[in-house]
Amino acid sequence: MERDETVLLSGRRRFLEIRSRVIRLIRAFFENEGLLEVQTPILTGAPAPEVHIRPIQAGSDHFLATSPELHMKQLLAAGFEKIFQITRSFRAGERGRFHHPEFTILEWYRLGANYKDLQQDCQKLTRSVCRAVAPLCRPHFRGVELDYEGEWERFTVKEAYGRFAGWDPGPDPDQDRFDLDMAQKVEPNLGFPTPCILEDYPRSQAALARIKPGNPEVAERFELFWAGMELANGFSELTEPEEQKVRFEAAIARKEQIEGIRYPMPEAFLASLHDLGPCAGIAFGVDRFVMLLAGAQSIDDVVAFGPETA
Amino acid sequence: MGAVLTAGELRKGTKLEIDGEPYLIVDFEFSKPGKGQALYRCRLKNMISGSQFDRTYRSGDKFNAADLEEQEMQYLYNDGENYHFMNMSSYEQIEISAAAVAESANFLIENLLVNVLLFQGRPIGLTLPNFVDLEIVKSDPGIKGDTASGSTKPATLSTGYVIQVPLFVEEGEKVRIDTRTGQYVERVKS
Repeated sequence: MERDETVLLSGRRRFLEIRSRVIRLIRAFFENEGLLEVQTPILTGAPAPEVHIRPIQAGSDHFLATSPELHMKQLLAAGFEKIFQITRSFRAGERGRFHHPEFTILEWYRLGANYKDLQQDCQKLTRSVCRAVAPLCRPHFRGVELDYEGEWERFTVKEAYGRFAGWDPGPDPDQDRFDLDMAQKVEPNLGFPTPCILEDYPRSQAALARIKPGNPEVAERFELFWAGMELANGFSELTEPEEQKVRFEAAIARKEQIEGIRYPMPEAFLASLHDLGPCAGIAFGVDRFVMLLAGAQSIDDVVAFGPETA
Repeated sequence: MGAVLTAGELRKGTKLEIDGEPYLIVDFEFSKPGKGQALYRCRLKNMISGSQFDRTYRSGDKFNAADLEEQEMQYLYNDGENYHFMNMSSYEQIEISAAAVAESANFLIENLLVNVLLFQGRPIGLTLPNFVDLEIVKSDPGIKGDTASGSTKPATLSTGYVIQVPLFVEEGEKVRIDTRTGQYVERVKS
């Protein structure tokens, strides 16, 4: 068994070399853009309360961070206007070809920016990394060659559901129907061969995003898809402490029903919102990006150790 | 009733009971669109009929594990319609339909020990040993002088099943068959 593990590991050398290269290129890209690299806690007393994200408990009063989002916004509120981080985050029960409970996440935030600026960042980042690794590998997935130079596809959520699922989700769609159709009808059609931006999510589907000025039915949230796979999720941040508190309270109550755990209110984060101006931030899945660049079939191929061998 | 499973416990290879029938998860994919709920997409294969379909479950869904067990049994005889076996622990005799025995019939010889799969106590299939030795009851002699490697000829087994064997194998001899592929492995000296 242990021997098999060693054989498996040596077989992953090429993928792990691509991974190392991609992470260095991402770091170089953001340094070049003038963003400050930061580190925030992995052990936290108050993870962001989101209904469908279950934190892993660590000791009696701590959790492993489900994302660095709240701490990074606290730094933003303290005047660090352009920051990025590449770190590990943890989410209980997420195990599949595209999910590991422990994963590598890239997040970046900009003061004075909105979700459209982040879309530009995504385009520049993706192209810059793909071009730089091109001598080593070219992005492909299940035998399909992907295109990083062409014009990106773009849909609003309303357009995408109209086209691929045949209905309009409106501002507050039925959660089951929205999630099922997203997974089965919408996502599989997005991002061939160029990446695709899916934007303007129904208001109810964006717990930490700002409502779009001039269209109160949707929030300024977008996701980046490539080869039918979700790569990033970004938005113009909600910066009103009262509204944020109401949304957190609702999530905490719902989580208590589902998980039987009453999560603490992230008070320090809420307090920092009083000092936070308009800004935007995004989470980007590094493991999945490496997968596409390496032509791997599963995250298992692009990490040295998976959840079962960790 | 089998143990209760939640959607989060489903895996490739999990066996579930759905509408009173046993199903095997032959393909499984976890997905989680955006910040939405976890979804578990399964390809299910009916363990009796073999038919397959896809179904997506959500985190709150619950299932009963299929009540399955395997028992060692000895093959006795075929009455023209059903196959008769003896349970080696209880010495009870049971009948299994030709449909449930399926292609295993090609390699069933008297006194062979097999594993019978029972669903709620009802036989639904069987697993043969990986290798079975069977007698050739009919095979024309190989053409003299044709020694080119890889040359084969048809041979009928005592069960009536026809396989390809090397030219040197003769009628009345015993041969070893890999039951997973249905192919000749070697000649057996008896």
